[in-house]
Amino acid sequence: MSGAEPKVTLDLAQAHGLTAEEYDRIIRILGREPTFTELGLFSALWSEHCAYKHSKVFLRQLPTRAPHVLQGPGENAGIVDLGDGLALVLKMESHNHPSFIEPFQGAATGVGGILRDIFTMGARPIATLDSLRFGDPEDPKTRYLLGGVVAGISWYGNCFGVPNVGGEVAFAPEYGGNPLVNVMCVGLVRHDRIFRARAEGPGNPVFYVGAKTGRDGIHGATMASAVFEEGAEERRPTVQVGDPFTEKLLLEACLGALETGAVVGIQDMGAAGLACCSSEMPARAGTGMEVELSRVPRRETGMTPYEIMLSESQERMLLVVARGREAEVREIFAKWDLDAVEIGRVTADGMLRVRIEGRLVAEVPVRALTEDAPVYEKPTARPGWLDALVAFDPLSLPAPRDYERALLEILAAPTVASKHWVYRQYDQQVGINTLVLPGSDAGVLRIKGTRKAIALTTDGNGRYVLLDPCQGAALAVAEAARNLTCSGARPLAVTDCLNFGSPERPEILWQFGEAIRGISQACQALEIPVVSGNVSFYNETEGRAILPTPIIGMAGLLEEAEWRTTQWLKNAGDRIALIGPEAVSLGGSEYLATFGRRLGGRLAPLDLRLERDVQSACRAAIEAGLVASAHDSAEGGLAVALAEAAISGPEELGVEVALPSGGRLDLVLFGEGPSRILASVPPAAERHFESLMREWRVPWRFIGTVGGNRFTLRVGGEVVINVPVERIAHAWRTGFERYLV
Amino acid sequence: MRARVVVRLKRGILDPQGSAVKRALEGLGYREVRDLRVGKLLELELDGAASAQARGRLEEMCRRLLANPVTEDFTVEIVEEGTRPNLP
Amino acid sequence: MKFGVVIFPGTWSDCDFHYVIGEVLHQPVRYVWHRDTDLSEYDCVILPGGFSYGDYLRAGAVAGRSPVVGALGDFVARGGLVLGSCNGFQILCEATLLPGALMRNECLQYRCQSTHVVVENAELPFTRGLRPGQVLKLPISHGEGKYYADLETLRHLKARSQIVFRYCTEAGEVTKEANPNGSVENIAGVVNEEGTVLGLMPHPERAAEAAVGGTDGLLLFHSLIGSLVEDGSFLKR
Repeated sequence: MSGAEPKVTLDLAQAHGLTAEEYDRIIRILGREPTFTELGLFSALWSEHCAYKHSKVFLRQLPTRAPHVLQGPGENAGIVDLGDGLALVLKMESHNHPSFIEPFQGAATGVGGILRDIFTMGARPIATLDSLRFGDPEDPKTRYLLGGVVAGISWYGNCFGVPNVGGEVAFAPEYGGNPLVNVMCVGLVRHDRIFRARAEGPGNPVFYVGAKTGRDGIHGATMASAVFEEGAEERRPTVQVGDPFTEKLLLEACLGALETGAVVGIQDMGAAGLACCSSEMPARAGTGMEVELSRVPRRETGMTPYEIMLSESQERMLLVVARGREAEVREIFAKWDLDAVEIGRVTADGMLRVRIEGRLVAEVPVRALTEDAPVYEKPTARPGWLDALVAFDPLSLPAPRDYERALLEILAAPTVASKHWVYRQYDQQVGINTLVLPGSDAGVLRIKGTRKAIALTTDGNGRYVLLDPCQGAALAVAEAARNLTCSGARPLAVTDCLNFGSPERPEILWQFGEAIRGISQACQALEIPVVSGNVSFYNETEGRAILPTPIIGMAGLLEEAEWRTTQWLKNAGDRIALIGPEAVSLGGSEYLATFGRRLGGRLAPLDLRLERDVQSACRAAIEAGLVASAHDSAEGGLAVALAEAAISGPEELGVEVALPSGGRLDLVLFGEGPSRILASVPPAAERHFESLMREWRVPWRFIGTVGGNRFTLRVGGEVVINVPVERIAHAWRTGFERYLV
Repeated sequence: MRARVVVRLKRGILDPQGSAVKRALEGLGYREVRDLRVGKLLELELDGAASAQARGRLEEMCRRLLANPVTEDFTVEIVEEGTRPNLP
Repeated sequence: MKFGVVIFPGTWSDCDFHYVIGEVLHQPVRYVWHRDTDLSEYDCVILPGGFSYGDYLRAGAVAGRSPVVGALGDFVARGGLVLGSCNGFQILCEATLLPGALMRNECLQYRCQSTHVVVENAELPFTRGLRPGQVLKLPISHGEGKYYADLETLRHLKARSQIVFRYCTEAGEVTKEANPNGSVENIAGVVNEEGTVLGLMPHPERAAEAAVGGTDGLLLFHSLIGSLVEDGSFLKR
């Protein structure tokens, strides 16, 4: 084998992130020392990012099956049936580490990667959403990261031509050294056009298509699994650079090639590049693969086999083509001015063989790199500091003197305030399907040629998960489902992105395990399968982990696009109903973070059966046409939800609301609790609405009326807030931008 | 030979990018910057050696594609003369 | 009467125009590949939005020198109509089929939002169903939409009523606040001297159905179809 490459030793293996045990295991598998190229393959494919070695035992708990699931986890993306012969492909992924090192390109290539995950399945991407977390908004570094990340997402998505229809941006100091950039994408595909990343049919040629290979991102996959240390800012050279234009050509060429029927299997060369594709594709099909690296189109000279295999240059795909039909594929890629080069073939013997100019540089069983990668059941431990955190009583802090000012301040808090500054930089409409633009509980898109629509959302609250990982994660599922419900959709499927610290620390792994348990419970209770996802560990800087942040991306179906409902009030005279339980808490609340600068306390209880019933009742009311608006009461509590309903629409509307007294005023106004929905009901629909709520046996009551130009809230008969609605609108509209100028 | 083309906005045309960068420098304490304009640098490697004709073709490239005559000026600079092919 | 929708590498409003013309308005429409030069079967050619060739040098610069755009000169001389929206407008300016240039938005950010434009010239085949002073609500989506022309060109444009749309408030006032990208004199769309080539930054195809973006954009298509149907024989073939 190769003579020019470094001699592989245990030290070198450890420098590649492999443990001594893993290195021994490699030697046992091969029956010899690995070559340098082989070491590269093992280090990339056995990294946490590719092998999920710390998370696999937990992920097995997630409910992944349902009659409408066409593809569960294990492929590039999950697929659910939409009826009418159509299916929805969905996936979410993180690009946290690259975005911290270079926010613009890191975020941009995050969008690029997730788009490819969707179109490798044969689907045309129809929407993206992004879930972002940053540190203290007062920190200039936050401004730099936020500006760069938003510009990167904007540039890549807009140039490619996919609408961005939703997402969230939240701030907490714990994300200061490690922001989160999670991007979700969904695509539409006909059932008979679904493709999978399988290298079927020994003898079939293997094609490399798309952009040329450079030294970009070598070790990106291992970087994504390394804890940040000081000086990470000097790691810039390994960050990949995106080319959305080439990606757009790749989309059209790939979909064109898939349409011919000449393609057998296809996979994106994402993390760990060619190494990953050339082992995962045959592993899924029970075959092997040989590749000749001298044929790989390169844009740099002198690249070694190790570099070519591990390069993470963007906008590339590996295709397995039916033998004899190569010309059809070549012709389509030539039309789009893209390289399509035959670099190898599928074999029957289960081996990956890598050659350069005929010289063998790696020979490894594909299973050894994939299914047989190590899986760990590492120790978990409930953190000792948790009890004290949960025991903190938010009501031990003094109550505010002026509740009007408190409301204005919380509306202007950057996590709560309008994100118009962000989404006006994203194309939200290309494809002319977007029925509900960003700024409501969920984005809604019609499915052309049908009466249907889909609703999309992402949700997650790291503060909740820190205080109670199981319930906090369940709440993310419940809230995502509630957001879809409020938009008129029945939840169909989850794609998740699980952002945590280092799994090698027992307390982090405990948080992770508990969060998976919570997601599983909620998904089971609400009958929503998890069809795809991504785990991002090692989100730490200098030993400080981020808030544990599972983000739930969810897609829902509206059988009738006409059912779509937005969060803002529509007509003066409508009654405002609060559907759901009374229980709220200031534990982990936005209010506590804004005024107390504290994170602590207990969460309000979550009753998943009640959650399900509240959502069913709300959907029934929407489908019966009884509701003019519906809005989930989330961060900031009922007062904020009411304010958002009053001011987030095209027309600001006043409200008069009376709430019963229920403890301290700040708890009543800003306490957060699950399963609560604000709906506005036109007078003509009142009786029907009442009887429907009784039928579903959910707690509910009318709490006020829409109208006038003042925002008036009474608690126990006493007026506690009474301000012109344009004042709260101003606070909410300008709250975010004030940090950016 | 190698050539360098600099394309920049014509004088008198507002350059918001330049103003933003100037403001950022001021924020970092560099108050001596009186004016700042952002342009584009294009580096070209060309066959053949520098000549009046080669320069003429470069200027033609600028007029036809590399610069927009409505908003942009350009300068062409030959940075490496190069050798004629087939000569030692 | 037939519409052609041009596809450059990197175009993305092609499907949207095709859908509106074919599925909403039920008019014959075909895609035109950027290397095609035979436009004889079309009456109106549309240059849609997108990032042709990535817009890497300047927006529309490379597409402005493509074979299909090269053929537009003859097509227009024979009486064909050309509508360029967003990237299409940028391409038409780069190709000098329209005067002026489109520069980076003054805010230096991409803008996707609803805008209002006021109609200044309602006597064109593209606008004859509108009235002067009418306000349309049309979305924009671009990073380089700041229209620029020097004073002399502007004088010329005004003298010949070539300024077709200006950004305005909902009430129709042309103000600085209503200008989303810093365009000179709030210009959102211009036409050539002959009145046969229209370029505008807003997306009329995104305002062609009540459910998505409203129907003000449809008024442009109706005007166009009206013109083409009435004068159906105007192409000298």
